[in-house]
Amino acid sequence: MAFGMGVVRGMGVTLRHFFETYTVAQKKQPAVAGNVPSPAEAIKGGKMPGGMPTETGGIFTFQYPDQKLPVPERFRYIPFLLYEEEPESERAQFDGTRCTACGICAKVCPPQCIWIVQGKGDDGRPRPVATEFYIDASICMSCGFCSEYCPFDAIKMDHDFEFSSYERHESWVFDIQELLHPVAYHAAIHPTDYERELEEQRQKEAAKRKKEEAARAAAASTGVDADEAKRRKMEARQRMLDAKAKRETAQGGGEGG
Amino acid sequence: MTVTTDVHPLLAPADVVARAQARFGDRVGVDAHGALVIDRAALPEVATALRDDFGLDYLNNLTCVDWPDRFDVVYHACSMRGGGTVTLKCAADRANPVVPSLVTVWAGANLQEREAYDMFGVRFAGHPNLKRILMWESFQGYPLRKDWKEAYFEQNLKPFNSRWPDGQFFFGETKLAEWNSNAKYPRGYTAAGIEKDGRPDSNVMVLDAEDLKRSPDIGSERLIVNMGPQHPSTHGVFQMRLTLDGETVVDLQPVMGYMHRNHEKIGERNLWLANMPYTDRLDYIAQLGNEWGYALSVEKLMGLEVPERAEYIRIIMVELTRIQSHLWGVTFLLNDIGAFFTPMMYAIEERELILDLFEMTTGSRLMCNYFRFGGVAYDLPPEFMPLTRTLVYDRLPRAIDEMDAYLTGNEIVLERMQGVGVLPPELAIGYSASGPVLRGSGVPYDVRRAEPYGIYDRFDWDVVTRPEGDIYARYMVRVGEMRESLKIVQQAMRDIPEGPILGGKKAWQIRVPEGEVYGRVENPRGELGYYCVSDGKANPYRYHVRSPCFVNLTALAEMTKGHKVADTVAILGSIDIVLGEVDR
Repeated sequence: MAFGMGVVRGMGVTLRHFFETYTVAQKKQPAVAGNVPSPAEAIKGGKMPGGMPTETGGIFTFQYPDQKLPVPERFRYIPFLLYEEEPESERAQFDGTRCTACGICAKVCPPQCIWIVQGKGDDGRPRPVATEFYIDASICMSCGFCSEYCPFDAIKMDHDFEFSSYERHESWVFDIQELLHPVAYHAAIHPTDYERELEEQRQKEAAKRKKEEAARAAAASTGVDADEAKRRKMEARQRMLDAKAKRETAQGGGEGG
Repeated sequence: MTVTTDVHPLLAPADVVARAQARFGDRVGVDAHGALVIDRAALPEVATALRDDFGLDYLNNLTCVDWPDRFDVVYHACSMRGGGTVTLKCAADRANPVVPSLVTVWAGANLQEREAYDMFGVRFAGHPNLKRILMWESFQGYPLRKDWKEAYFEQNLKPFNSRWPDGQFFFGETKLAEWNSNAKYPRGYTAAGIEKDGRPDSNVMVLDAEDLKRSPDIGSERLIVNMGPQHPSTHGVFQMRLTLDGETVVDLQPVMGYMHRNHEKIGERNLWLANMPYTDRLDYIAQLGNEWGYALSVEKLMGLEVPERAEYIRIIMVELTRIQSHLWGVTFLLNDIGAFFTPMMYAIEERELILDLFEMTTGSRLMCNYFRFGGVAYDLPPEFMPLTRTLVYDRLPRAIDEMDAYLTGNEIVLERMQGVGVLPPELAIGYSASGPVLRGSGVPYDVRRAEPYGIYDRFDWDVVTRPEGDIYARYMVRVGEMRESLKIVQQAMRDIPEGPILGGKKAWQIRVPEGEVYGRVENPRGELGYYCVSDGKANPYRYHVRSPCFVNLTALAEMTKGHKVADTVAILGSIDIVLGEVDR
């Protein structure tokens, strides 16, 4: 190859990219403001959106914030808490909040940005509800462990990433009121995950019904009332919770930072 | 060019230990983990024999463990002909921690011994330049010792209980901890540095008459130039102190640590699992590779099995990581030699498509946090396969070919890269270089082939090497590796089975049995190793990262000497460092 041909050939590549900007890229550029379809939607619709794979070329840009690329379902940014809106849900007595203040999210959180206060009843006994729940978003690393390991599907990762503020301390500590979102919001941004949740709930209910029937059948044969057995179980659970709370009070006293 | 090591039989690590014991008698011992414990006085002699007679020609890793009664300096060495690593240990007194330096045996120990000195205060007798490396010279204290407390120290181990259940939140800055002012300065410290023996500290840019007297043969005046840390060519906050004779480099000292955040201490305070997202932040261009290294080490300790499907998903994700990382690395090198940003933008266009795949699978483009001990966090989403298929069968091969046509034959590129920064194979091995730097010097060594992990032994792919040892060779190795990675992804996508993606029970609080392990993976930038010591508790006792970028910098001075200043930029670019991993 003659000297200089390498440079000329490289120029050819640059030129092609330049022309593709007008022949390919700008034609695919969404003309109107609004959301561009996500890759998944585009595949279902049989065509690729402006940004995705094979047939794009050249240079194009999205006019953020007028146009926004939608984020995939699993995208995660800063957790939020869930509350049930249906009045007949089993969490209704706790204002619908799903969080039971078990504290797993706070313990698994790598930068330890979550802190929770467990609710207490009039008799001083702990109740399975969080009265205070803070997330310091300025140190949250959006790793998603809290939502991954939450046994109650009470905390989920958000899609909203537009959190800029002029103040970088107080406005980044989110309290429980800022964190709480309705389940419908979760269902809208995480449709697949919500479907899994419903499926698990259905299975659980089916298993529960089966168990109840078995218990009724057993009660019929042994004479022990199923309701009585349930009451005993609840009492045992409450005793356990009390003991735990006592232990934690004894432990926590000496270690406040 | 190949290295002649075939005079020795290739020994398994256990055989090396047994034979060394037979030969050195009571000067060596074996500990519970199968490591060769070497008497301090005999260390240089035994190490030389291990290198010359037992074939351990490559020092992978050097670090230190702080035990209550002693410091253990830990070495991992292996043969360039393949096989596992042998662990060597040498104990140092707590009161006066000194061990002999092994820089003369393995030159690759140079920066790593400085790091161990910096972090633990263990001195290496005979080291040519035993100075702090990550911390500044006048820093007081040793940050990885168990008794070290950082500013705003809260508690030794996570999970902290001081923030819960009181609900009294506070900001670190406002909290008056006992340790908030423990950055201690020595007597005589000023902003310009500390005076030592009447001469200023080494990091101050001065060349005084003393230096000139010591090198009387030079014809022109020497000049010290500080390149970086705010220099656009240094890939981040990295500094090179160049000693110049005219325009020619006569010496180069890497100065680093501007982004040091004591990653290992953070790791030792974290729960085992909670450490996973932190590994993303090491080499943030190759995030998933980092996670695999850590997961692999802990899985070795726990004896966990990874289900088939998870193994395939890991391979696909990590090889995609390699492609996007090399796209970045190669075009950043072009950026450094003056092909300003145009090739880079073309490569970023492709890289973004791979990051889109990461985002839809893991939830994040860079900080993926996707690997778990025993598998991965989520299954591939349904749209992953069709998109990846179009990418790896169609778009990426064309993009790599186009890049080849665009750059590889370009005369200006060749002029800048060929014959510059040559690292001969013996030196590359001696300096513990790894990854494309090692393979660009003609050494066909790849951890995926030498000590296969995961299911790499099932695929048909080649280890890419080039004999020249210059920048061009490293560039070509990276381009070749992208093609090989495509081959692996294609095969993995063809064979991936259905099934579970996580072995064992999903748990956040895991018990890791007592023991120690050195797990290593081939990351895009070289051999990434994790040395983990568990005492059976919820947090690691010792967690060390063998960072390929950091160790590859050991050879930087050697590669640069005799070249012009402008070439140092290209040579540094060809090592392709990521400062998040160099400084940790």
